[in-house]
Amino acid sequence: MLNRQGRPSQAGEASAEVHETFTGNRALQQIEPLIFEIGHHETTGVDIDKPAPFKSRLGKHARQGEIGLPGLSEPETMRHYVRLSQKNYGIDTGLFPLGSCTMKHNARLNEKVARLPGFSDVHPLQPTSTVPGALDVMLELARYLMTLTGMPAVALSPKAGAHGEACGMMAIKAAIAAKGEGATRTVVLVPESAHGTNPATAALIGFSVKAVPARPDGTVAVEDVKALLGPDVAAIMLTNPNTCGIFEPQIVEIAAAMHEAGAYFYCDGANFNAIVGKARPGDLGVDAMHINLHKTFSTPHGGGGPGAGPVVLSERLAPYAPVPFIHVEGGKSRLVEHKADAPEGSDPFGRMTAFHGQMGMYVRALAYMLSHGADGMKQASEDAVLNANYIRAGLADLMSLPFPDHPSMHEALFDDEWLKGTGVTTLDFAKAMIDEGYHPMTVYFPLVVHGAMLIEPTESESKASLDLFIATLRDLAIAAKGNDKSRFTAAPHHAPMRRLDETRAARQPVLKWEKPAPVKEAAE
Amino acid sequence: MRYLPLTETDREDMLARIGVTDVDALFSDVPNGKLLKEPLDLPRAKGELEVERILGKMSSKNTAAGSVPFFVGAGAYKHHVPATVDHLIQRSEFLTSYTPYQPEIAQGTLQYLFEFQTQVAALTGMEVANASMYDGSTGTAEAVLMAHRVTRRRKAVLSGGLHPHYTQVVETLSEMANDEVVALKPDIRATEDILAAIDDSVSCVVVQSPDVFGNLRDLKPIADKAHAHGALLIAVFTEVVSLGAVTPPGAQDADIVVGEGQSIGNALNFGGPYVGLFAAKSKYIRQMPGRLCGETVDADGRRGFVLTLSTREQHIRRDKATSNICTNSGLCVLAFTIHMTLLGQAGLTRLAEVNHANAVKLADALSGVKGAEILTESFFNEFTVKLAKPAAEVAEALAARGILAGVPVSRLLPGAGLDDLLIVANTEVNTDEDRAAFVAALAEVL
Amino acid sequence: MAETRYTKDHEYIRVEGDTGTVGITDYAQGQLGDVVFVELPSVGKALSKGGEAAVVESVKAASEVYAPVSGEVVAVNSELEAAPGTVNEDPAGKGWFVKIKLTNTGELDGLLSEAEYQDYVKTL
Repeated sequence: MLNRQGRPSQAGEASAEVHETFTGNRALQQIEPLIFEIGHHETTGVDIDKPAPFKSRLGKHARQGEIGLPGLSEPETMRHYVRLSQKNYGIDTGLFPLGSCTMKHNARLNEKVARLPGFSDVHPLQPTSTVPGALDVMLELARYLMTLTGMPAVALSPKAGAHGEACGMMAIKAAIAAKGEGATRTVVLVPESAHGTNPATAALIGFSVKAVPARPDGTVAVEDVKALLGPDVAAIMLTNPNTCGIFEPQIVEIAAAMHEAGAYFYCDGANFNAIVGKARPGDLGVDAMHINLHKTFSTPHGGGGPGAGPVVLSERLAPYAPVPFIHVEGGKSRLVEHKADAPEGSDPFGRMTAFHGQMGMYVRALAYMLSHGADGMKQASEDAVLNANYIRAGLADLMSLPFPDHPSMHEALFDDEWLKGTGVTTLDFAKAMIDEGYHPMTVYFPLVVHGAMLIEPTESESKASLDLFIATLRDLAIAAKGNDKSRFTAAPHHAPMRRLDETRAARQPVLKWEKPAPVKEAAE
Repeated sequence: MRYLPLTETDREDMLARIGVTDVDALFSDVPNGKLLKEPLDLPRAKGELEVERILGKMSSKNTAAGSVPFFVGAGAYKHHVPATVDHLIQRSEFLTSYTPYQPEIAQGTLQYLFEFQTQVAALTGMEVANASMYDGSTGTAEAVLMAHRVTRRRKAVLSGGLHPHYTQVVETLSEMANDEVVALKPDIRATEDILAAIDDSVSCVVVQSPDVFGNLRDLKPIADKAHAHGALLIAVFTEVVSLGAVTPPGAQDADIVVGEGQSIGNALNFGGPYVGLFAAKSKYIRQMPGRLCGETVDADGRRGFVLTLSTREQHIRRDKATSNICTNSGLCVLAFTIHMTLLGQAGLTRLAEVNHANAVKLADALSGVKGAEILTESFFNEFTVKLAKPAAEVAEALAARGILAGVPVSRLLPGAGLDDLLIVANTEVNTDEDRAAFVAALAEVL
Repeated sequence: MAETRYTKDHEYIRVEGDTGTVGITDYAQGQLGDVVFVELPSVGKALSKGGEAAVVESVKAASEVYAPVSGEVVAVNSELEAAPGTVNEDPAGKGWFVKIKLTNTGELDGLLSEAEYQDYVKTL
């Protein structure tokens, strides 16, 4: 067939010029208004028949007036959210080296099984005789978590890591109260390098916080802990591996010192991914540790949740585990929902949440565990640690390591010493990574390191992916040192948005859409 | 192992580049003897098919709500969720993203959070809403703490209509923080004298409407009395669909509003994950817990969104933070906001109307059953029935007949002497046939 | 004649008679970055030396402002509520936080002079 339409088939002219578009869109990147700007009050994307006339029982409580919520038809809804999704970076987009967050692959098998009607479509208060499979999932998950941590008990119900911290600290408080020391043991030790949730949790539960200094090598020294111990200390909250990515070498001695002083050891388990199948918190003297199922066991982060934060407990704390829990006796399992129903020897401190916790996350985490098996989980931890150290080895000559004397675990920490005098900050460097197609690492955390850059690649990355990442960061590092400032200080150039004005957002908070005031007619 | 990309050759090359011979050299900080040498006592890796089989078997042992006439509520509700919702929340860019700490590549998340906050504020009739809590119960406990910060008092009064799990969550946290709680006794018919419990020592009054027994409650007089004594009214709901039909708490001068948002966009999930809605008067904004998304502009002057007022939060304020919450209910928020966008006020109003109509029909039908008496006068889609036999036995007997009938009050409040009460919910999913089956079976059992 | 003294926490106090005006130094505002919110005490509050007098917030940090000396709060700069950026623009002038009526002027002796403070900042 002849090309009778005169259609050109070669690439167009090369041009360095970028033209503004009429719409403001940039091809696949579409500007998307708010639903309040495109929807209408009479529009709806659902078809529901009007009920036959009936006598209302709302009494005087019937709503008067408009709610003020627009609706969109189904095609408009689909397009709105698909366009929004295209402004987001996810693990499926590329390497997501956010330190302390364990952004690993999210298997879709886990999504599929969590949506089986027997899990997703069961009510927490339907008769327990109709949900034996749900109780099986909880028991099986509990067995895995107890085995992996070497701990004798687990409270499943906390909704996320911070909620798990609260649960563990409440168990400690209950144990202390049971010993009659509730009024005296009121201090919790928290290292300076800790996640903000640790001091916030301790304060929430009514403890006061005392900081443990960090040693120059990024670890906590048992002498520093001992110097703070006394009859007023309730517990220490220690992350292991710690937030500098180092396995605390004196952890066993620290645990022993706590126990000797009549206090408890709470371990923040956010970084458990480094040691699953390699070391067990139970062997290290831990009394309580939360496990972020949305980190280590891959239930998706979903843009900030939902998570799940089961807490494993030592023999000393196990009796105080909150309701609900499943009690097994004589081969029969029973859901204990009330203190009064607790079996002999159990003294629950209370309840963390309505119902039974994050079942949807339990199923996903269990699917992850079954898929990996004991061998796969151990391999995953080894690969996570290997990947982090490989990145560290690839960058150590250009970027500065604050703690070179310890191997990294699953994350490698750099500081901004190497950027001194370049006029480029850690934040600038992170934003330039966005232009290169990467999500930045965690920046400015932990607080004990100046201009911190915390890189956690996870086990999900191939060697090729790591090699390209290292090469990219090397190129950026050389450019930063070579005074190519504009590549950094004005970055990102190619993201859906340029840098945002956070000062303005905080000084004049606009937290919801307001209907614009009508434009006044020009005076005649 | 299908999830692990490294090959044995890769691993060897990488160890060589690092300069160690063995991966265990990287674990050299693990104290002597603590590094595991033997694999743990758990099964080995399994293929996808096998995992699906195992979990499928567990799942099939449970009775799914959609497979039977289903009337169970009391804090979680079976509703129809449009197919669009579940498709959209599984888009990679939503599902596999993190908390939007890098706003230039997280505008998708940030914009829907901003839209969600606007929707929740409109629904509740409040000035500001946050980007979610874990669920309604934990949100209620946070609201109590917030009221304590605002009023600088430490005593909460809880209505006897508050969901007993919510009461327990508040009591647990308050006991730990040495705060006082006065929980009024279970209030089946909304006749308690909560006004009498309010004085100058009270920080807040927590009232649920529709309450756990289904009663719709008048909040305005409680707000007035609370305010006269310098206390706050915290209004709670567990069925957000009710806001399509009833006067919102904001219109009754509530100071803080907390709700469970599961009904919109989210499945029952045996209790979680759910999504806590949290709204307040704007003058209390700096005492609010949780994330807030705000509008701003980028370097080119284009409108965009960021997380803001973060100095309230744990990652900055540490032990002086308003809450320790970090991860919240991001993806459940997305499901909520998509479903709410599909509904709009037209759809929500209609959905609420159908829920109410169905509940009225069921109440009328049940009141004709000998040995059953409806105790709730004004209600939305849930009410309490007094039975001639223990409700737990009746619920079991009906379950055996393939009907999930409701929640026996004894399940929530054992030993309270309320064993003859059953809380019954009825939503748009229930058909006339479902109701007929329930009524007939109940008549048989009683 | 007004005299200004400093703390190592970067507060200044400008004393006239028995009243001192307290704010944060130019160095401190530079370290903080854009100030977005200032929480002030109520007038009449008794402050003790080293105790929390106010809180100043930037986007990513919240810092306590400590009382350089003991005294009673006699005035607060409520203009900062609407215009927190004044702390950045004019920390030593319009960006002041509180005025304190000193209970013990002897406490001033323990504070740094202008020259001592400038030397101290150079070491940071």
